[in-house]
Amino acid sequence: MSRAVVTGVGVLAPTGVGAEAHWAATVAGRSAIGPISRFDAGTYPVRLAGEIADFDPRSHLPSRLIPQTDRMTQLALVATEWALADAELTVDDRRDFDFGVVTSASAGGFEFGQRELQKLWTEGPATVSAYMSFSWFYAVNTGQISIRHKLRGPASALVTDQAGGLDAVGHARRLVRDGTPAVITAGVDSSLCPMGLVSQLPSGQLSRRRDPATAYRPFGADASGSVVGEGGAVLIVEDAAAARRRGAPRVYGEISGYAATFDPPPGSGRESGLSRAAALALDQADVLPDDIDVVFADAAACPRADLAEAQALEKLFGPGGVPVTAPKSMTGRLGAGAGALDVATALLAMRAGVVPPTVNVGDLAPGHQIDLVTSPRRMPVRTVLVLARGQGGFNAAVVLRDGGGTDRLDTVRDEDPAR
Amino acid sequence: MSQFTIDDLKRIMRECAGEEEGAGLDGDIGEVPFEQLGYDSLALLETAARVGRELRVSLPDDLVAEVDTPAAFVAFVNGRFLAQTH
Repeated sequence: MSRAVVTGVGVLAPTGVGAEAHWAATVAGRSAIGPISRFDAGTYPVRLAGEIADFDPRSHLPSRLIPQTDRMTQLALVATEWALADAELTVDDRRDFDFGVVTSASAGGFEFGQRELQKLWTEGPATVSAYMSFSWFYAVNTGQISIRHKLRGPASALVTDQAGGLDAVGHARRLVRDGTPAVITAGVDSSLCPMGLVSQLPSGQLSRRRDPATAYRPFGADASGSVVGEGGAVLIVEDAAAARRRGAPRVYGEISGYAATFDPPPGSGRESGLSRAAALALDQADVLPDDIDVVFADAAACPRADLAEAQALEKLFGPGGVPVTAPKSMTGRLGAGAGALDVATALLAMRAGVVPPTVNVGDLAPGHQIDLVTSPRRMPVRTVLVLARGQGGFNAAVVLRDGGGTDRLDTVRDEDPAR
Repeated sequence: MSQFTIDDLKRIMRECAGEEEGAGLDGDIGEVPFEQLGYDSLALLETAARVGRELRVSLPDDLVAEVDTPAAFVAFVNGRFLAQTH
């Protein structure tokens, strides 16, 4: 069976524009959560978010693409370009069926959609952009990435809320194992507009605190919900042998296991499917719980969900049996971007030999028997479990292993501005 | 506005559909097919809607199928515009 490895990473996150900037902030524990600045949130019960500052799509994309794209697509297109450059992968137009695209989004292009719907109501149908026909669809990033890079391999879009980023990585692994040499995998979301925020309020899962230092406290004793963020990551997933043949500059790591489960219906009394997803992913990767060096948690920061996750980890690893971290405490929850960004961060942690911290936790909630990493921990990181949950009962788990066994290059080229 | 000009068209297209790198709208592009300039049918649909709003003239949807160059677009609009205002 061929192995699916990650050969390129592109990151656009509140913590950094580019993978290196993101990693530097993340390992230092610098949170990017702050007051919402993209619209006047003064009348909303939720006023904090993780925004990407200092990113002007006009300086990265052709002007033809700007009027037809939502911010979530602009972020995905730019991160894709960086990931391809990082992997030194160019699309061979004689073999364009060899390149697949899998993206995940939990909201679609909400900012674009809201703007055009407002025009529809106030100025009439003739004023609505013709680009509305596709720009706010969940699947738009797969389309735009395929068109821009002239790819004709398998293309799909997955929508499983916050679990989507991992589901996309898992599907990319499946495509590679089925014979597609290279798959661009994007988990990117951005819906920091009134419609995007309001649509998330009824879930009751967003924190209403105003202080960025205490709003999002995963596994904390006074956890009050999470904060939304924007961005995500794009990963180039390749068949290991194909990557070696073409002389890929580096292998960040292998996607060695993936599994997804659904929760039982609410009120059934049965336990969440998270633990089963994790166990199945370990099984797929052919590793034992003892082999896992660190877990990147879903980290909902809602007391009941935190407890369910802590219990799932305890069941698998024993009390305090494995280091657990949630760097998303610095970015907020990115929807589909979360899983993709966690995978990118985990791969960068392997390279550095450091587990990045969970910030702003405060006191750990009583009853959680987990070894939560709250300051950077220097240690060998060779095998990582990444977890994600989406509203509606989605659970996903990915196991990553370092690039041992392939021609791994540890050196990072400093001159590459894309990273 | 008494006459719709190619410069009006260029301005509106830049605003609502952007400009292809390399191809561009600079210079004498009146007879260059839209396709070569990097515009697809959606870009033309969007342009037609904007032109219609600016001139307060209704342009038919099939305009997109009928005109294939900027010069033809301008001529079509002027034909319509003059017909509706006189």
